[in-house]
Amino acid sequence: MNAKQKDVVATIAINVIVATVVGILFFLLAYILISGLPHVSWSFLTGTTDSFSGAGGIGVQLFNSFYLLILTMLISIPISLGAGIYLAEYAKDNWRTHLIRSAIEVLSSLPSVVVGLFGFLLFVVQFKIGFSVISGAIALTFFNLPLLTRNIEESLSAVPRNQREAGLSLGMSKWKTEIGIILPVALPGIVTGIVLSAGRVFGEAAALIYTAGQSAPVTNFADWNPMDAASPLNPLRPAETLAVHIWKVNTEGLASNAAQLSAAASAVLIIAVLLFNLGARVLGNYLYRRVTASK
Amino acid sequence: MLKQYSFEKTAVQSFADNVPLALRTENLQVFYGANHAMHDANLAFPKNQITALIGASGSGKSTYLRSLNRMNDGIATVTGKIWYHDVDINEPDVNIYEIRRHIGMVFQRPNPFAKSIRENIIYALRAEGIKDKQVLAQRVEESLKGAALWDEVKDTLDKSALALSGGQQQRLCIARSIAMQPDVLLLDEPCSALDPISTVKVEETLAQLREKYTIIIVTHNMQQASRISSQCAFFHLGHVMEYTPTAKMFSDPQIPVTQDYISGSFG
Ligand SMILES: Nc1ncnc2c1ncn2[C@@H]1O[C@H](COP(=O)(O)OP(=O)(O)OP(=O)(O)O)[C@@H](O)[C@H]1O
Ligand SMILES: [Mg+2]
Repeated sequence: MNAKQKDVVATIAINVIVATVVGILFFLLAYILISGLPHVSWSFLTGTTDSFSGAGGIGVQLFNSFYLLILTMLISIPISLGAGIYLAEYAKDNWRTHLIRSAIEVLSSLPSVVVGLFGFLLFVVQFKIGFSVISGAIALTFFNLPLLTRNIEESLSAVPRNQREAGLSLGMSKWKTEIGIILPVALPGIVTGIVLSAGRVFGEAAALIYTAGQSAPVTNFADWNPMDAASPLNPLRPAETLAVHIWKVNTEGLASNAAQLSAAASAVLIIAVLLFNLGARVLGNYLYRRVTASK
Repeated sequence: MLKQYSFEKTAVQSFADNVPLALRTENLQVFYGANHAMHDANLAFPKNQITALIGASGSGKSTYLRSLNRMNDGIATVTGKIWYHDVDINEPDVNIYEIRRHIGMVFQRPNPFAKSIRENIIYALRAEGIKDKQVLAQRVEESLKGAALWDEVKDTLDKSALALSGGQQQRLCIARSIAMQPDVLLLDEPCSALDPISTVKVEETLAQLREKYTIIIVTHNMQQASRISSQCAFFHLGHVMEYTPTAKMFSDPQIPVTQDYISGSFG
């Protein structure tokens, strides 16, 4: 074979592989949506679940998923932002930094069910917080931190060095340069990473089964005081999320239409995750145009 | 192989006491770890003149220039003295941020911030505490005029600086530096990424800026050095070999290494 023939063969092989991957993806998506969407209705999206059989709507679970997501992000974004900035800008290239990097790597490869069990033992049992939104949010933070930190560090490091020199040469402090010059340039990448990780967190089940719990007590959506036991915002109540609900309906659902219920819930979950991905793109581009003043 | 030249025989001028100096280095040495990149540089820079630093790639021109406003802090070890207004600014306890506002720097590759043209100029001013809108607007106009960019951008101040051409970006970087109202302007090959027409514009800008600032410019282009500078320092392998008025350096170089470099028979 000469170089040209090799090139043709390689191109065909690559195209076939790509087509296969895309094909599988589309098949999966289509299958989930087609089998689930017909069972999605307004009452399904807003209704409550019968706690014994698992039948009924997913309103509370949907709310729980979003609430847990927001809480998780509130905890993990500031921490990973600090860690990412430190690693990208301040950490010296020595054994301590290597140790931190390795630790982050190990943390990011921990199976989420292990993270969940750890959260169960520490928060739920040891600290006696019980199955709760806050236990779930902390477990998800463990699961989320390494990836977010890496994403932030990489986004910051991708900003050309000469931008830093420009800031320093004008007499700005390193911190001011970092926050005022570098961070805005890196922001679109960071936001994209955050939204993508939000999609992952949203779909996570294993880490939550033993932390946020498997029950979705009906809450009083008229009571927004987080201190009240019945308030949806109470961080100490158990909160089954959509992903956990799907797992539960499938494993121990007693409802006669369990298969349809889980298919419908899966379709909703997939749509939400797709929206996150789409949102990441749109928001990233929008922010980039805003901060760089380019139209 | 590079020809061996003696580092003993140098021709470095000093100035009479009545020549006002903007900056002077005394036995300045720079080390990148074990790499001794600059040996005992003793150079004085007269006020309101343009001094060119020339020499082959890797001879230490950037290393020397970056030491002058402490941009080598955290990168290299710099010993010796840098006299600026009777203060040794190479002391560890001087305020480096203050120093950099007095001694501005423009880099080889244009590096405007990813912000609007206006923000590029006022961002550092605001960080310094200047909030008055009128003052800021005035600084924008003055510095852009000083860098000969005003006419080209005065209607698009809120557009992204990244949309400018390379030459315009470099003049914006010059404007950004002079908006800080420095004394001394350090330029590290400011034209090497520019086309000839932009280069001429930048050179014209520098010629005008000389009235207000002391300029030290690294250049690879010997025509450029002879066009714009009053004195010229020749660097070789981390040593300052010759420092004389520019006209003299190009017509009558004093030592063999400079002669060879200028005649192009070097190495
Ligand atoms: N950040 C750095 N870390 C380590 N060594 C460096 C660094 N910067 C420069 N050096 C070394 O210092 C020496 C002088 O480099 P310098 O960049 O000052 O040369 P230069 O005269 O500016 O060259 P050029 O004309 O190519 O810009 C070289 O041997 C180079 O390898
Ligand atoms: Mg250089």
